[in-house]
Amino acid sequence: MDFIAEALPPMLWAAGNTVWISAVGIALGLVLGVPIAVGCEARRAWALTYVSFFRGVPLLIQLMLAYYALPFLGIDLPAWFAATATLGLCCAAYMAEIIRGGFALVQKGGLEAARLLGLTPRQILLRIRLPIALQAMRPAVINEAILIVKASSLISVVGILELTRSAQAIASSTFEPLPAYALCGAIYLAMNLLLMMFARGRPA
Amino acid sequence: MRASRPGTLSFHPARAWRRGPGFAYSPVVQENAPHLRLDRLTKRYGSQAAVDGVSLSVDRGECIALLGPSGCGKTTTLRLVAGFIMPDEGRIQLDGKSIERSPPHRRQIGMVFQNYALFPHMTAADNVGFGLEMRDVSRAERDKRVAEALSMVGLAHLADRYPARMSGGQQQRVALARALVIRPDLLLLDEPLSNLDAGLRVEMREEIARLRAAAGITTLFVTHDQEEALALADRVAVMDRGRIVECASPAELTERPRHLFTAGFLGARTVLAGRAADGHFVLEDGTALPLPEDAPERPSHLVLRAARLWLLPALEAELPRGPLPYNRLALPAVVTAATRLDDSIHYEVAVGSRQIRVHRPSAELAIAPGTDVTLAAPPEAVSWIEDFTAATGASA
Repeated sequence: MDFIAEALPPMLWAAGNTVWISAVGIALGLVLGVPIAVGCEARRAWALTYVSFFRGVPLLIQLMLAYYALPFLGIDLPAWFAATATLGLCCAAYMAEIIRGGFALVQKGGLEAARLLGLTPRQILLRIRLPIALQAMRPAVINEAILIVKASSLISVVGILELTRSAQAIASSTFEPLPAYALCGAIYLAMNLLLMMFARGRPA
Repeated sequence: MRASRPGTLSFHPARAWRRGPGFAYSPVVQENAPHLRLDRLTKRYGSQAAVDGVSLSVDRGECIALLGPSGCGKTTTLRLVAGFIMPDEGRIQLDGKSIERSPPHRRQIGMVFQNYALFPHMTAADNVGFGLEMRDVSRAERDKRVAEALSMVGLAHLADRYPARMSGGQQQRVALARALVIRPDLLLLDEPLSNLDAGLRVEMREEIARLRAAAGITTLFVTHDQEEALALADRVAVMDRGRIVECASPAELTERPRHLFTAGFLGARTVLAGRAADGHFVLEDGTALPLPEDAPERPSHLVLRAARLWLLPALEAELPRGPLPYNRLALPAVVTAATRLDDSIHYEVAVGSRQIRVHRPSAELAIAPGTDVTLAAPPEAVSWIEDFTAATGASA
């Protein structure tokens, strides 16, 4: 009990970093995912290359490249920026594929009805295709969000104190790895259960 | 108000719509001008012509059905009119103006899709009002017109319901309200009843007929269901392999089809091939039937309507050619099969080597298979197809 009282505050503070960076990464992924999905649908080379790279290279390597390789090109990024941007860019590649799958569920008739009613291609995307696709793909988006929250444990490699890094630090300073990692796992579980509840609690 | 030119429409959009329980149009129009005109419309996909030189004139307020089997080009024709695809050749004129290169929303067309194509993330009211919103109609006017449209289709109580929580018939009505609320010049219906069950189909057929009559709107609809086409349309254009084979009123088509394809497609008929010789029509198996005076010069096929044929007791002697209702044709026959349906009995009757379909009311006493009968055909059961129509298309 003493251990929890002592370890919980720093872990919750670190969990705040995890939540914040994950949330920004997921939001960035969703926002960037839309134009990338449109690009993939139109078979644009840049979009297909983007998705292939970010889905094909492990996130850990991407983080290393962003934080350690970019300075060689004269681009020096703060650790939190490198971590958030990499997480967001990686998430965008997966979101693009989810959104593209969602677009496929939009009936051709619905798009034709929209054209007949006078919507521009941009309006059709924003008012018809995206809302329908997002509604259909919400489970997949929540699933991706959960994966991003868990993948955020990798950002400790660029020196950011997030939940996993905090658990590591507590485990090494107290020599009690089991309760430290158990508590860390419980906090991750709580965060992801909240995400799942959010997914279930809203009607499709 | 636009100046009225000969053969063109002149009407004020704001006044074209009568307020009240039913929507109606009151345009000022030259009598002689067709409202919609398709002129040698052609659409090819590779070497295959999906629509092959289709010509059709539709008067204002008229309802035309494009009827034909799957792949005959009827939906492609409708999509050409809607503007979803561009023709390779030919013209589409609405009120005398060529619209074949105009985008869909500039054509002032309302359309009901086969799968209704409602937006699943919008309520019934939002679906109906969406087109008005895109046309920058004020909020107050929009709400008023949406309420009017939904009450017209009997769904005012479902305004806040999403499509996923509606039955097929309800979705169909919302789609119809959405198409009509923008006050279109032309209403297009793409197989509007094909996704509904039999009972609902009849109900919706009557509903569409009522709404169309109330709106007085020019309508073009696609179907492969002859019953639907004959019940709803003022004229039916029968299509085959990208062409309009025949275009006529439902009565003309059912009673006097002029084309072999039409006679075969409309079903509940037996088409017998033969040739004229010495005042007789000689069937392929050699059976000679007397040719009536009103038969064409060169008949190539005899068409017998199943629902108009009579089955009489077998007679040894030839039937007298007196003022009997069945004095046109009387042939010895044998009943080979009988199927009792709800309101009729469907017989298969053998005349020589040919099987002929006969439909009789179920109130009549059923005739057992194997019974010798006389197949009698009154004038209204018989029609002829001439040689020249067998190979030609028809424009309407």
